[in-house]
Amino acid sequence: MARLTINGTVRDIDVDPNTPLLWVLREQAGLTGSKYGCGVAQCGACTVHIDGNPVRSCVLPVSALSAEQQITTIEGLSKDGSHPLQRAWLKLDVPQCGYCQSGMIMAAAGLLKKNPKPSDADIDAEITNICRCGTYNRVREAIKLAASGLPAKQST
Amino acid sequence: MSMATQVSRRSFLIGSASAIGGLSLGFHVPFAEAAAAKNAAEVNAWVVIQPDDQVIIRIARSEMGQGTLTGLAQLVAEELECDWAKVTTEYPTPGQNLARDRVWGNFSTGGSRGIRESHEYVRKGGATAREMLITAAANEWKVPPSECVAANSVITHQPSGRKVSFGKVATAAAKVTPPKEVTLKDPKNWKIAGKPLARLDTADKLTGKQIYGTDLKLPGMLNATVRACPYFGGKVKSFDASSVSKMPGVRKVMQIDDTTLAVVADTWWQAKTAMDALTIVWDEGPNTAVSSESIAEMLKGGLDAKDAFVQTTVGDAPGALTGAKKTISAVYAYPYQNHATMEPMNATARYTPQKCEVWVPTQNGEASLAAAAEAAGLPVQQCEVYKLHLGGGFGRRGNFQDYVRQSVLIAKQMPGTPIKMIWTREEDMLHGAYHPTTQCKLTAALDDDGNVTAMHMRISGQSILAAVRPEGMQGGKDPAVFQGLNLTGDEGHIGYTIPNLLIDHAMRNPPVPPGFWRGVNLNQNAFYLESFIEELAHAAGVDPLAFRRKLLKNHPKHLAALEAAAKGIGWDTPAPKGVGRGLAQIMGFGSYVAAAAEVSVTDGQMKIHRIVAATDAGHVVNPAQVERQVEGSFVYGLSAALFGECTMQGGRMVEDNFHTYQVMRMAEMPKVDTHIVPSGGFWGGVGEPTIAVAAPAVMNALFAATGKRIRTLPLKKQSLA
Repeated sequence: MARLTINGTVRDIDVDPNTPLLWVLREQAGLTGSKYGCGVAQCGACTVHIDGNPVRSCVLPVSALSAEQQITTIEGLSKDGSHPLQRAWLKLDVPQCGYCQSGMIMAAAGLLKKNPKPSDADIDAEITNICRCGTYNRVREAIKLAASGLPAKQST
Repeated sequence: MSMATQVSRRSFLIGSASAIGGLSLGFHVPFAEAAAAKNAAEVNAWVVIQPDDQVIIRIARSEMGQGTLTGLAQLVAEELECDWAKVTTEYPTPGQNLARDRVWGNFSTGGSRGIRESHEYVRKGGATAREMLITAAANEWKVPPSECVAANSVITHQPSGRKVSFGKVATAAAKVTPPKEVTLKDPKNWKIAGKPLARLDTADKLTGKQIYGTDLKLPGMLNATVRACPYFGGKVKSFDASSVSKMPGVRKVMQIDDTTLAVVADTWWQAKTAMDALTIVWDEGPNTAVSSESIAEMLKGGLDAKDAFVQTTVGDAPGALTGAKKTISAVYAYPYQNHATMEPMNATARYTPQKCEVWVPTQNGEASLAAAAEAAGLPVQQCEVYKLHLGGGFGRRGNFQDYVRQSVLIAKQMPGTPIKMIWTREEDMLHGAYHPTTQCKLTAALDDDGNVTAMHMRISGQSILAAVRPEGMQGGKDPAVFQGLNLTGDEGHIGYTIPNLLIDHAMRNPPVPPGFWRGVNLNQNAFYLESFIEELAHAAGVDPLAFRRKLLKNHPKHLAALEAAAKGIGWDTPAPKGVGRGLAQIMGFGSYVAAAAEVSVTDGQMKIHRIVAATDAGHVVNPAQVERQVEGSFVYGLSAALFGECTMQGGRMVEDNFHTYQVMRMAEMPKVDTHIVPSGGFWGGVGEPTIAVAAPAVMNALFAATGKRIRTLPLKKQSLA
């Protein structure tokens, strides 16, 4: 049994404590926005936040987490897709297949939290997620757009 | 619409509503349920209109990120004259296509053919629906249809100014006999097509709502993973199910064929954990002595072999080369690559002795249906496939339906239970349909004025068609090997005019399963040809652009794309100090593409500063999506050129995840400037051709910066220090 706080809700989940957080999110909590891409913390498709810090949930056993820690997934980043990054992503029409994009956005949200105006070098260093479709340049633009401040209302 | 069609339409709506009845709440239903609930009218196969004017456009091809969903919808909407803001899309199922005499045509989504192959009939679908809507309105008003026009989902009777929206006449329109002929618009009058419209499928990808195959949940569903023998040609010798059958959640441990084991459990993580613990002994098969080195030797033997399949021949190249004063020769090589889609292979199947259903992200729904029927042992009419959004395809999910077959074989052992099978990344890397390895020996003669008087291009290596589509072979020859090197044709004709030219192929097929990898053979061929052309330019002491201009004089479209890229990079102005520039051009998948790159090397590390790309796809349906495809092509092509290599050792692949199969990330990504230079009059593909120019443009730039000629990829194996 694991007690986890996911997107603000405390949940008791009957699961082997060795199970990686990713699979608890996907299979027990029903939150499939975080993706399985590699299982070895290489691709970042599984990125979620623990207390605001981006982590690769595919290698993090739930036994390492306590109920006090706030787990945020893409589903909890905003209620309605209105996080500045989500709005920037929509405005620039960033995704192609989209499979890696939850992780990209969560990694970017973690970056902006500690570094609200990241340089290109900061983005290179912090956004190490893999995208095979090749959205990198638009991911970069969208991070900068979100960092530069978007109009309060969505404008597309 | 005839009575027969109406009847089949009705039963089709009923059939599809029941077919998706099993889907759980929250899953975006791909077809017809919503339409049926809202009294939507199917005007024709492509266009469904609801009373509230919502337009549902049917899309036969698969969306895997390339934007075809949006582009095809634009083409239908353009002719339909509907309000773009009211457009949504849905996939017809392969079973429905079969039941309706393939009214939606080919479902296969590959070869950059989504738009270039279907633009005419989807536009006719939109235009026909428009005419039927106009006729229905005219009938109601008792006026001649010729006095009515449609625009923005509204039909207007011009003399009286009366207006009616599509939604009000859609039901009546569905009963109108479709016109036999419709006139399609001249692309220069397009209002929706040809515009850089936003994709229709973005919003759900930003919130985690988009459902991919791996995300599917059906009531009562179990989860599975498989492990197939990693040795090519090997099989299962023995396994000990008792070692894991009591593990938490495990429902069944099974062998599904000679090579593959599966574990079914309550959750995927339990299935995977049990699979990792399962004791398996493999029969390693006959290929354990095969390695990348032995394959390279095998291919090397083909470079000078007497027998080869000849495709392209002009004049007498061997004769001209023998008598030439100055010849230049070089050998190039290109390794195996894996598609490495971000979403690993997966499929969900439910089997009963009466019906087999499969939910799958597939590039070819009809191939999935055929694979399901074969694995189920049921008539195809008793099977159905529901297409899901793909987390990448790149050619892995089209011709190859191994995952569908496996999922059905698993489901067959537990009838009535839907089972979702997901491969691990390791399974995905070790059981690819690999971009085949080839080598190439190029020999050319230059005269005193620097003209190329003869060239022989000998490709040695693996044929894709021989392994996966033998019906496409021509008397033992694989014509696809020569992509970009033919004398004529949409799939790639060579732009260079060389008076004595011979291009041939010594087929050497190692025991590694090959496949269509985004860009296919154009990738290797462009790397060979465009690198070697620069070698010739340097040997002739001529600027590489000027050298190509002369050779491309009979092929203005090739040259125009090259000129656009060269101009964009500022070819006529000196490069910044320490920076080298390189060019490449090729024609393939119906389009003319070129790239110009700027690179520098510091402490043995290459940095790509900038790439300028040019694409002439004839007509452009959505320039914003073309730009994205071009940018993405550099990520795919350069991942392979810089890092990509699947290494054979002991009869199996070595690289099993992204730590060993490195791909390009943000830090390596150069700026890409895309110039779309459509010359009109033809329809080219855009998803693939640019990949081919990525490697040669960058390697030519590297040569300009360092004097080092890279003839064997990937670059990571070469020292630049």
